[in-house]
Parts: sequence; structure tokens; C-alpha cells
Amino acid sequence: MKGLKAANFMTKFLFYAGNVIIGLIFVSPLIWMISASLKPEALIFANMNSITTFIPVQASLDNFAEVFSRLNMVQVFKNTFVYIALILVFDLLLNSICGYALAKFDFRGKELMLNFVVALMVLPMEAIMLPLYIEMSQLGWVNTLAALVIPFVANCFSIYMFRQFFCDIPDELLEAASIDGSGPIRTFFTIVMPISKTVYATVFILDFVAHWNDFMWPFLVMTGETKRTIQLAIQVFFGTQPVHYSAIMAALVVSAIPMLIMFIFMQKYYIEGIASSGIKG
Amino acid sequence: MSKTAKAAGKKKHEHVAAYVFTLPGMFLLLAFLGVPILYTAGYSLFRYQIVRPDDIVFIGLQNYLKLFADAKFWLALKNTVYFTVLVVPAQCVLALALAMLVSSKFRGVSIFRTMYFSPQLTSMVVISILWIVLYNANPNTGLINSLLVNLGLEPINFLTNEKTAMNSIIFMSAWQGAGYQMMIFLAGLQGIPRDQYEAASVDGANKVQQFLYITLPGLRGTIKYIVMITMIQAMKLFTQPYVMTQGGPKDSTRTLVYYIYTQGFQQGNFGYACSIATVFFLIVVIMSLSMKRLIADNG
Repeated sequence: MKGLKAANFMTKFLFYAGNVIIGLIFVSPLIWMISASLKPEALIFANMNSITTFIPVQASLDNFAEVFSRLNMVQVFKNTFVYIALILVFDLLLNSICGYALAKFDFRGKELMLNFVVALMVLPMEAIMLPLYIEMSQLGWVNTLAALVIPFVANCFSIYMFRQFFCDIPDELLEAASIDGSGPIRTFFTIVMPISKTVYATVFILDFVAHWNDFMWPFLVMTGETKRTIQLAIQVFFGTQPVHYSAIMAALVVSAIPMLIMFIFMQKYYIEGIASSGIKG
Repeated sequence: MSKTAKAAGKKKHEHVAAYVFTLPGMFLLLAFLGVPILYTAGYSLFRYQIVRPDDIVFIGLQNYLKLFADAKFWLALKNTVYFTVLVVPAQCVLALALAMLVSSKFRGVSIFRTMYFSPQLTSMVVISILWIVLYNANPNTGLINSLLVNLGLEPINFLTNEKTAMNSIIFMSAWQGAGYQMMIFLAGLQGIPRDQYEAASVDGANKVQQFLYITLPGLRGTIKYIVMITMIQAMKLFTQPYVMTQGGPKDSTRTLVYYIYTQGFQQGNFGYACSIATVFFLIVVIMSLSMKRLIADNG
């Protein structure tokens, strides 16, 4: 019995040690990034071959001050948040009602619509970016919010996720509401929506992350300097003289902060969203 | 209960509601996904240069004939396939290994999970810029080369040599992406009943045998799904080569999507770029349909 306990302790210890070592190696690039963002430029590459390169010596927020003075961060954040907020408001509304109808209503064309949504799920954005760009320029939307928002409001994945969730709502609940005289639209807003917070939270965080990280489409349609979203601004800043690596690292850190905050508050839904996609797919 | 009368009334209400609920979404999907893909295929049959909107001429399959004779297209296809074939197993195996490390409940497990997931909290642009600095060829300024030199190895021109540039992008991408797949694997692992392991360990199966005969078969569906999404994601490679290497050196990191961008947006050969996009689209569709079939076939 004693031997078993010792063996158990050994396995546990090895497990911890393994996780600590692998975990530290895994996050070392990010630690280096954060450390460099706090150091003076002259010290970033000073101790490359010692472990102290990961330690923020002479730490200060000077690099962050430089980023904010050279890059109009307030504008960049505003551009990014406004566009994502607009997408999300319409995304959560339109895709949820669509998913609800596809889950709970009987009507002509339902099968067709469902097949259409599933078929479009495999359609990569990259295959349509050329005509979509032409469409945007014909509508006069290039360099406007409309080009960033309107094409991405309807989202097959969101519709599908909402539908999956609403399918599990018992029909009895909806029937009870309809016997009480509630029409289907009112039932949705007064009964279904309030009990479906989890799916809204999940779609919210998944789509927030996707748009926060999106580079290609903003890069194609938002060419104006004052219109840049965060990823564009960071990419341009990287190529702008003078190249101060300390400031670049600070810019990278700044761009990750909103994601970090989102992750802290919405972690549960974010992870669930990622995980459930695997079980249902 | 006057079920029929009530049901008929309900049906009518439902019909109206159904169209009110679905049509906005369907219209937007049609306008910004359905129609553009038809245009991609349609324009691929035209001579269409962005600077000459007055000279849009139907030329049948000529763009495709040109495409199949275009060495740069084949190189882009080869690079994309190379990336996919290497990054998918690397990223999936890494993700599974990480999931095994943090699948059991122990004190602090969520810290380790967050550590492995943390590269996902930054964007691909951020990661690409960071790794340009880490991959610096000079061992005095590049973290990875300084490590190699410390270990007594030769420094590597990671991003400036056509032999190593794509491999460097593969390594970085697997590191960045593995945390995401790890989360899916963790959910899959939870679906395997505990008592299977207990029974096996009573029968004297060691950890390796348990992994091979219980864990892997139990994860079949998850593995197929993960391979599918990772594959499709990999085929779309653009941001990393755009930010890190601009498709170079010597076009060694120019991918299909990058080539669509180069031809369409940089050189303005719109019709020709649409033919590349159509081929790209067909490859992705065929890939996802065959993977879906595979998943449906046997669990």
C-alpha cells in the first residue's frame, strides 16, 4: 500500500513537472513579447543567450506611451469596436430568429433553406473576395463601415448553432404560450430568448473573436489611414520607420488586451463554443 | 380539444412568422455569399482587367488553359498542399498530446489549459510579427537562433531561405493553433466512459495500451472532425506569408489564396484571378464533402 502511494505521488509529480516545463516552453514566445514590451529598446537584444531575456529589466511603460503617440490607438480601437458591435447586434438578432424558424416552424421552403445554410458553411470567404470587393465598390461601400459590417451579418455557423440550440427547447413550452394567446413572434421574444442566454453568449464570443482577429477583409476594403482596424494598424505599424522593436512588442501586447479581457469574462462560453462544435460536427 | 381549428390558425401565424424570421438572413446570405460565388465562377470565363472595365469579353475556358500552363499557379498549389499535409498532422498530434496532459482533474489544471490555449488569445497578425523577430537570422537578436547557437548548432535563416521559410511558418502555425484543437479533444475525451479505463486497468492494461485501445478509438469522431477543420483552415493560408515573407523567398511561401490576391488585387487580372479562386473553391468543397462523407460513414 505504501509503495502504491509512493508510485502515485511519483506519477503526480512527473505530471506536474511535465506540465510546468512544457507549459513554460509553450508560452515562452508570449512571455518574451511581454517582457520586451516593458524594456528599453537597447536592452531587448542585450542578453539573448541567457534566461534573463525573459525578465523585464528596467521595466517601464515608455514603449506603450510611444505606441499611443505614434499610432492613433483611440481611433483604431473605436474603428474596431464600432464595426464589431454593429455586426454582433444584427448577427445575434437576425441569425437567431432565422435559426429559430428553421428549428421550430413548419413552412414551405424550410428544407431548401436549411440545405442552403449547410451548403454555404463550406464556402470559404477567400473564394468570393474578388466579386464581393467589386460588389462593395459598385455600391460605393469601399472604405465605409457598410463594407465591413453588412456582408458579415448573416452567418451560416451562427444560424446553425442557434438552430441546434432551439431544436432542444420542448414544444410543450411553446404550445403552452400559444394556448395563452401569444403569437409565435411574441413567444420568441418573451419566452424563448430569455431562456437562451447561453447560446447568445456563445455566438457572441465566437464571432467577436473571429472579427477581432480578421485581417484579410478589412485589409482589402479599409484602405484609408483613419479607417484601419486593429490588425491592420498593427501590421502597418510594424513596417513604419523608425522600427523600434520595443514599441512594436508593446503594440502587439496592446492589441491583445481586449481579447484577454473578453476571455476572462466569457471563458466558459468561448471554450464551450469551441468544444461543442466538435461534438455536434 | 378543437385541435384542427386551432392548429390551422397556428399554422397561418407560423407561416407569416417563419418568413419574417428567415427572409432577412436568407437575403443577406444570398446577396453576399450565394451571388458572389456564382460571380467568381462566371467572371472566370471572361477577360476582365480592373483598369479596363470597357473591355470585358467572354473568352470561354481560356483563363483555365492559361492557368494550367502557369508554373506560378502550380507552385502556389504545391506550397498550399505542402503546408496542409505537414501542418495538419503536426497540429493535431500536438493538440492531442496537450489534451492528454491536461485531461485529468488535478490542482492547477486550468492554469495549464490556459497556458496551452494562450497563443489563441492573440491574432495571426500579432503572432506573425512576433515570430519574425523570434526567427531573426542573427543569433544576437533572434531568440531561436541564439538558443540553437547555445546548443552548439548552426543558426538558421528561417524566413530568408526558400528551403526553410515554409517549414518555419508551419512550426509557428501549429504552435498557435494547437490550443484550439486541444479544447475540442478535451471535450471528446470527456465522452469516453471512465469505467472503460478502470476495467482495462483491472485487466492489467498499461497506460500506453489504454491510450491505443480505449482513448484513440473513443476519439475517432473527434479526430476526423478536427482533421477536417484544420485541413480547410490550412488550405486558406494567407496572413502568415503575407505578413512574414510576402510570399518569398523565391515564391516558396506563395499560396493559392496569396496568388488570388496577387493576380486580382495587385495586378488587376480580375478574370484570371477568378479562375484561380474557382479552382481553390472546388478543392475546398471536394475536400470538405469527402471528409463529411468519411465522418458520416463510420461514426
